[in-house]
Amino acid sequence: MRVLAAMSGGVDSAVAAARAVEAGHDVVGVHLALSRMPGTLRTGSRGCCTVEDSNDAWRACDLLGIPYYVWDFSERFKEDVVQDFIDEYAAGRTPNPCMRCNERIKFAALLEKAIALGFDAVCTGHYAKVITDADGNPELHRAADWAKDQSYVLGVLTHEQLKHSMFPLADTPSKAEVRAEAERRGLSVAKKPDSHDICFISDGDTAGWLAEKIQMTPGDIVDETGTKVGGHDGANQFTVGQRRGLKLGTPAADGKPRFVLEIRPKENKVVVGPHALLAIDELKGIKVSWAGLPIAEVATGEEFDCHAQVRAHGDPVPARARVTMVMDDGVSRQALTVTLGEPLRGVAPGQTVVLYQGTRVLGQATIDSARSLARPELP
Amino acid sequence: MYLDHAATTPISAPALAALTKVISRSGNPSSLHGAGRRARATVEQSRETIAAAAGAHPTEVIFTSGGTEADNLAVKGLFWSRRDADPRRTRILVSAVEHAAVQDTVEWLAKSEGAQAVWLPVDEAGTLDLEALKKELDDGGADSVALVTCMWANNEVGTIQPIADVVALAAPHGIPVHSDAVQAFGSVPVNFKESGLAAMSISGHKIGGPVGVGALLLGRAVALTPVQHGGGQERSVRSGTLDTAGIAAFAAAARDVTENLAAEGARIAGLRDALIAAVRQLVPEAVLRGTDPALDPAGRLPGNAHFTFPGCEGDSLLFLLDMAGIESSTGSACTAGVPRPSHVLLAMGLDEDTARGAQRFSLGHTSTPADVDAFVAALPQAHARAKTAGMAGHQSSIQTASTGG
Repeated sequence: MRVLAAMSGGVDSAVAAARAVEAGHDVVGVHLALSRMPGTLRTGSRGCCTVEDSNDAWRACDLLGIPYYVWDFSERFKEDVVQDFIDEYAAGRTPNPCMRCNERIKFAALLEKAIALGFDAVCTGHYAKVITDADGNPELHRAADWAKDQSYVLGVLTHEQLKHSMFPLADTPSKAEVRAEAERRGLSVAKKPDSHDICFISDGDTAGWLAEKIQMTPGDIVDETGTKVGGHDGANQFTVGQRRGLKLGTPAADGKPRFVLEIRPKENKVVVGPHALLAIDELKGIKVSWAGLPIAEVATGEEFDCHAQVRAHGDPVPARARVTMVMDDGVSRQALTVTLGEPLRGVAPGQTVVLYQGTRVLGQATIDSARSLARPELP
Repeated sequence: MYLDHAATTPISAPALAALTKVISRSGNPSSLHGAGRRARATVEQSRETIAAAAGAHPTEVIFTSGGTEADNLAVKGLFWSRRDADPRRTRILVSAVEHAAVQDTVEWLAKSEGAQAVWLPVDEAGTLDLEALKKELDDGGADSVALVTCMWANNEVGTIQPIADVVALAAPHGIPVHSDAVQAFGSVPVNFKESGLAAMSISGHKIGGPVGVGALLLGRAVALTPVQHGGGQERSVRSGTLDTAGIAAFAAAARDVTENLAAEGARIAGLRDALIAAVRQLVPEAVLRGTDPALDPAGRLPGNAHFTFPGCEGDSLLFLLDMAGIESSTGSACTAGVPRPSHVLLAMGLDEDTARGAQRFSLGHTSTPADVDAFVAALPQAHARAKTAGMAGHQSSIQTASTGG
């Protein structure tokens, strides 16, 4: 196969490319330029698109004896990931930009360009597994190393996208193994630290970054009874489940810490309350997609057993889910209702819920609302 | 097949012979003993050769590490010395299509040294607007101009600039003119003395010499503040131990190209014209940028062909041609490898999308008809694919979770 290896400059994508080469594929390395003004040097574990990272990817390709190119996706990234991130926060939701980048950049813009240029697949260093059945239909599964498993952030990929995806690190027992392999292969990135945080916010200060992009208006912080307990500089910088930085003047009646329960952008209000009220057990999801062919219950609308996961490194909980059809702008679209077997805390609209059966990823939806079936609506 | 001679051209046989001969010898040309004298003799003989090739006096040749250093030395050095002589002189009149070595230097002077950059417009072929220059000198006040800098020939689209006219406009005001002649020298007739320039940059590896050596031709009477201080070599304008072997090879290449200039120029222009004709026949929508050699043969570098391919990304085309063994360029190399729309094409009035479809094919002394044939064979498929890939970087047709139904 002609394989395009997306090379971030990190150890995972370098080893993934090496394995693709070893498997006999015709591999070309491509680094995605996601910023028009890349930094020169990488600082700590933040950011991932500096010239130094590009050079690391380049050196890995030199060692593997494969061609290397840099492709500019900075405009698409700005529109589809960065602006989306700002818009979601402005609407009071909590987006996952890495997921969005996988959905719209790596496995859409890049993949499409790759296919048009004659490639069969895009290969990345994600820890997840694609299993293809006898008819050529792909299924997405968790990686062997549960601790590094990244199937959650790939849960957004569709049948068409998965058909052209290659994740050579799928069966690797651990990240340590990948580092050891990089060392053995002489890849200079073997000891490079993992990247964390949001790559386009270089100092890691998300609230400060957002404050420059979103019109923040001071407003009230109210408690679960609707009583004003404090003020804020702008509701959009908060996230459901957040405890720090509330600066509440009035202490809670029970003296216990309070958490953000809800953000109401229209009223410019932040609702806080005790930890117990964070628990939710029903999710409504929109923008539903299926990772491969949908299971039978999707078409019939029957409820099905599954596990639900709402963050990249969160434990999945048993759940029952059901697909309904709703009208949206005159178009009939799938919506998802997920009833959780165990409550989850700190679930924010905008986050993604990924559904699993065993190791298999069924699909995902963007959380539109989350509530506790027992708890009355907050005033 | 190598179609990127404007980036660097293979070393010529005389240059390689000179390089290998001299590099095995020791000797610092500044030393006073035998080895030093021998090295110095080589340098001085090379200086005379290069001076003869470029129409300069030997003392006007200041050796540097290449074109970028020569440009920095000329632009910074002239700006500083002219401003120090008269603090009103803060303006730099500079063409909008300069190589980064000049463009970035001027921007740095504006940012850090109080210079005022005046970017002179070009027409749609990339030729400097002389009226604009005249207006800046007459109306803007010649007294406030530190220097004028305009390249002899453009590295992307190959347009040859009216240097004689630029000098004629600046000379009555006593304003020094610098020209980056890195692309022109060795390709078209260049004569420093006849040009009336105060300073002119040339480079070794663009003419068949090695990378890492170049020169600034600097008029004897021109005052220039050095950038690099040290042992006082090169008229105290450029300190640093001279690269005897590199200089000897540079001189050998310079003699070789200038001796054969007329014949080689015609031969390379013939290949280039065949390439242009083939592109126009195979991809009728492709647009030749710069001067059309059919209309103005002297207006374009003989080795340069530059097109924009509508609906294609230059980097896709580069990739597909590279995979087919054809080495071309989107226009100007970038260290980060990130293709940006060319400032040259934007200055010529192109919009960003059109500018993104740029591809430069440049020929040189090793080019043969077989190179053009191989390119012609590879182009149709590469172009068709690049067009399909089209603006995938702008808009995706893959249905995803948030765009699909």
